[in-house]
Amino acid sequence: MPATHNQTLQTPAAPRPTPSREQMDIVVIGHVDHGKSTLVGRLLADTHSLPEGKLEQVRENCRRTAKPFEYAFLLDALKDEQAQGITIDSARCFFRTARREYIIIDAPGHIEFLRNMISGAARAEAGLLVIDVAEGVQENSRRHGYLMSMLGVRQVAVCVNKMDLADYRQDAFDAVRTEYADFLARIGLEPLAFIPISAREGDNVAQPSTRMRWYDGPTVLSQLDLLEKEPTPLDKPLRLPVQDVYKFTEQGDDRRIIAGRIVTGQVCQGDEVLFLPSGKRSRVKRIEGFPDSTGPVARAGQSTALTLETQVYVKPGELMVRADEPPPQASTSLRANLFWLSPNAMVMGKRYKLKLHASRSAAYLTAVHMVIDASDLTTATNRQQVERHDVAQVTLETLKPIACDGAAEFPQTGRFVIIDDYEIAGGGVILEAQASQASLLAEHVRQREQAWVRSTLTPTQRARRHGQRPALIVITGPQDRQSETLARAIEQYLHNCGRLAYFLGLSNQLLGLDSELKVLGGREEFLRRLGETAHLFTDAGMIVITSIADLDDFELEVLEVLNQPSDLLVVTVGPSQLTRRGPDLAIETVDLQALQVLHGLLQERHYVADYQI
Amino acid sequence: MNQLDRLEAQSVYILREAYREFKQLVMLWSIGKDSTVLLWLARKAFLGHVPFPLMHIDTSYKIPEMIAYRDRLAMEWKLNLIVGQNEQALAAEATFPHGRLTRVACCSALKSEALKHTLSGEWPRRVLNHETGQFETTAGEPFTGVIVGVRADEEGSRSKERYFSPRDRHSDWDVANQPPELWNQFKTDFAPGTHVRVHPLLDWTELNIWEYIERESIPIIDLYFDRGDGRRYRSLGCAPCTGMVESTASSVAEIVEELRSGKFSHVAERSGRAQDKEDGHGLETLRREGYM
Repeated sequence: MPATHNQTLQTPAAPRPTPSREQMDIVVIGHVDHGKSTLVGRLLADTHSLPEGKLEQVRENCRRTAKPFEYAFLLDALKDEQAQGITIDSARCFFRTARREYIIIDAPGHIEFLRNMISGAARAEAGLLVIDVAEGVQENSRRHGYLMSMLGVRQVAVCVNKMDLADYRQDAFDAVRTEYADFLARIGLEPLAFIPISAREGDNVAQPSTRMRWYDGPTVLSQLDLLEKEPTPLDKPLRLPVQDVYKFTEQGDDRRIIAGRIVTGQVCQGDEVLFLPSGKRSRVKRIEGFPDSTGPVARAGQSTALTLETQVYVKPGELMVRADEPPPQASTSLRANLFWLSPNAMVMGKRYKLKLHASRSAAYLTAVHMVIDASDLTTATNRQQVERHDVAQVTLETLKPIACDGAAEFPQTGRFVIIDDYEIAGGGVILEAQASQASLLAEHVRQREQAWVRSTLTPTQRARRHGQRPALIVITGPQDRQSETLARAIEQYLHNCGRLAYFLGLSNQLLGLDSELKVLGGREEFLRRLGETAHLFTDAGMIVITSIADLDDFELEVLEVLNQPSDLLVVTVGPSQLTRRGPDLAIETVDLQALQVLHGLLQERHYVADYQI
Repeated sequence: MNQLDRLEAQSVYILREAYREFKQLVMLWSIGKDSTVLLWLARKAFLGHVPFPLMHIDTSYKIPEMIAYRDRLAMEWKLNLIVGQNEQALAAEATFPHGRLTRVACCSALKSEALKHTLSGEWPRRVLNHETGQFETTAGEPFTGVIVGVRADEEGSRSKERYFSPRDRHSDWDVANQPPELWNQFKTDFAPGTHVRVHPLLDWTELNIWEYIERESIPIIDLYFDRGDGRRYRSLGCAPCTGMVESTASSVAEIVEELRSGKFSHVAERSGRAQDKEDGHGLETLRREGYM
C-alpha cells in the first residue's frame, strides 16, 4: 500500500458497507418551448439539489445582462443556448430523493436537434413528456412520444405545463389530456399519469398546487418516486456479446480472456456455452476479475471477463449463450423498424456499417416496406429510400450472418445503429430475423454474370490454350507466415512447371490491425474485394493463389460465391478455423513434398494437365 | 446491482469499447481523484493491466506532492507514463504566475496547447523508463482516442458531453453538433486527422467517486485530506489557482460523510478553482478549444 494511503489508515473509520442506493435515468422530452428545461430547473431548485450560490449566480447574470430570470438557465449552460433561449444539447442533472438517485436528461425539443433528443431518450428508463397547455399537442409532442416508445422507454408521465397561462382551468387541461391520450393509445402506450403543472410557478412540481384543487394526483416529484425500476433480466436466457478477446502475453499473462457485458441472464463457472454465429462450443473455466475473481456467477448488467476450458477461436462480435437455453437467431436478413437522422437519405445499393450489440458488419438496405411520419402517423408504402427524421419499416441484409434476437423480447440484442460516413446516421429495432431467400451475394453474382460482356473466347478455348483449368486456391492457417510462404512457393512451382499462376498477395498487409481498411469496412470488405478480383483472374483462365489467416466458414463461402463460376480449392496449413467444409488438402509443414502433393492434387483433378511442357 | 456496481460496469464497458476501437489510445491522468479512479477502472477492465499509455500534462505549477505521487504510482503499477509540457511558454515566462496572462489564457497555454501538441506528436513526449526511473524524450504517432475523466456534474458544459466525443484536427469541440449516441453504441468511426475524447466517468458524481475510492481502497494522494491545519484540497490543479477548503476531513470515510450530508453537500466542487470565475463561461470557452 503506498504511503499516501497512510492518512486513511491512521484514522481508521469503522468499516461500513456503501449504502446500496438505486439510480434511475429519466428523460424530459416534448415540443420546443413547452418548458422542459424550466421544469428540470424548477425540480432541482425546489428539491434543494443545486450547489450553493448557483441560483443566485444565475439571477445575478440575468440582472447584469438585463434578461428576465428563467429556471431554464440553470441547465442551458451553453452561451448559444442562453442567447437563443433554447436547449441545444441534452444535459445530465443529478438529484436525489428519499427513495433513490436520479439522473435527469433534459432533451432538446427543436427538430434540428432530434439526434440529441434521441441520445438522451435512448438511455432513459422513464420519460416525462411536457406539453404546453396553451399551444396544445404539437408535432414534436407526437414525434417524441413515438420515438420514445420505439427507443424502448415504456414508463411515461405527461406534464401539461404553463397551467398559469390557462388560469389553472381544468377544461384546458382535459382538452390536452384527451387529445394526447388518444395519440398514445394509437401507438400502444398507456401513460402513468397526466399532471397539470406550472413549472415556472412551481405548481405540482415538488409541491402540490393550491391553485388546482380539482387535481388530486401526484406531483412530478412524487410521480418520479412512484416509478418502478425494471428488474434486471436475470431470468432470461444468457446473452453475452463478446466485446473483445484479450491476451496480455507481453505483460506475462497467458490467459485468453473473453470480455463483454452480459445483457440478459447469467452464466456460471462450468456452464457449457455456445458462440454464435460460428457455432463454437466450450465450457466456462473461470469468471475472472481484478483484483480477484468476481465469484462463480456473472449476471446481467455486469461487465465481465472469463476464461474457457478449451482454446476455441472466438471473435469479437459473436454472441455467447448457454448451450442449455434457447439460442438467438443467426441470419443475414433483418426486418426492422428504423429511424434516420442523417441529412443524407438512406438508399439502396450503398454499403453501410451496422453495429448490433458487439458485432459490426456491412449492411445493405434492400427493401423499404413502409415509411411512417411519426408526427402524425401517416404512412407511405411507395418509397425507395429513407429520409432524415423518417421512421420506416425496412429489410436490411448483411453479407455474413449475425446472431441477434427480436427487440420485443431481447431489447439489447435486438437493436442496432447504422453508420454512414463515420457517423451514427440511424438506429432501429429488429422485428424479426428472416430466413434469407437468395443471399445478397448470390443475387449480386447472378446480376454480375448477366451483365458481363463476354469476349468470344470460351473458357474451354482458354483451358486448351493454357493447358490448365482456372481455380482459386485459398490457403489458410494461424496468423503466422506459413500460409503466405506456401502460397508464394506454389506460385513459383506452378510457374516453373509452365503454368499461368498468380499470387494475389494483398491479404496480410491489408488485414493488419492498423490497417486503414479497418475504417473502410474491415476484413469483410477486403474479402469481398478479394473475391471480385480473384474472379477476374480466374475468368481470364489463371490459377490464383491467396493466403488468408484464420479464414472462417462464412468468409470461405463469400469467396466461393464471388469466384463463381470457377472452382475454389482450400488448403490448410496447421490448425484452421473451418468447421463445415473439409479442406481439399491439409498439410502440416511447408516443404518441397507439400508442393509436390499439391501439384499432384491439381493434376488429379485436372486443373493442370498431367504432363510437363 | 447497486449504483456503484452499475457505474463501474458502464465505465468498464466504455473503456473496453475504446480499447477495441482505437489503436492509438491514451488516457489522461491528472493525478487527481477522478483520473485515479479511472486508472483503477482500467485495471478492472483489463484484468490488472493498463494496455495503453497514460499522459500527464505538467504545467510545472502543479502542487509538488502530485509529481512525487505520480512517479511512484507509475513505477509501482508499471504504467506507461508520458509527460507533456508547453516548454516555449514556460521558457518565455508567458504565464499567469509571471503576470503576463490572465488565468484563463494561462490554462489555455499550459494545458490546452500542451495537450493538443503532445497528443498530435508535434511536441516532444517524455516517457518514464522503468529500468532507470528517469524520463526520456521521445516522438510518437498522433493519438486518435483520448480517455478523459470528466464528470457531467462538474459544470454546465461538461453536463452536455457524450461518452465518445469527436474533436476536429484543431482539437475543437463542436458542441452544437454532437453525434447521436444510443443504446451504448458510440462514435468510434472517425475521419483521418480527427480524434475522439472518451469519457467513462460522465455519470459519476463527486460523491460516487469518493464512495468508490472507499469501497475499493484505491490509494489516493493525501492532499485531499486535512493534514492537521483544518484545510484540505477538494479539487487539485495548479498551485497558484487552486484554493484549499476549510475542512477537517482526514479520511476517505470522512470526506464521503462531508459530501453526503455534511458541509459540502451543497457546495460545488470547482468553487476553489479561480479560472472558472473570470468569465461566466470560462470553462466552456476553454473546453471548446480543447481543454479537458
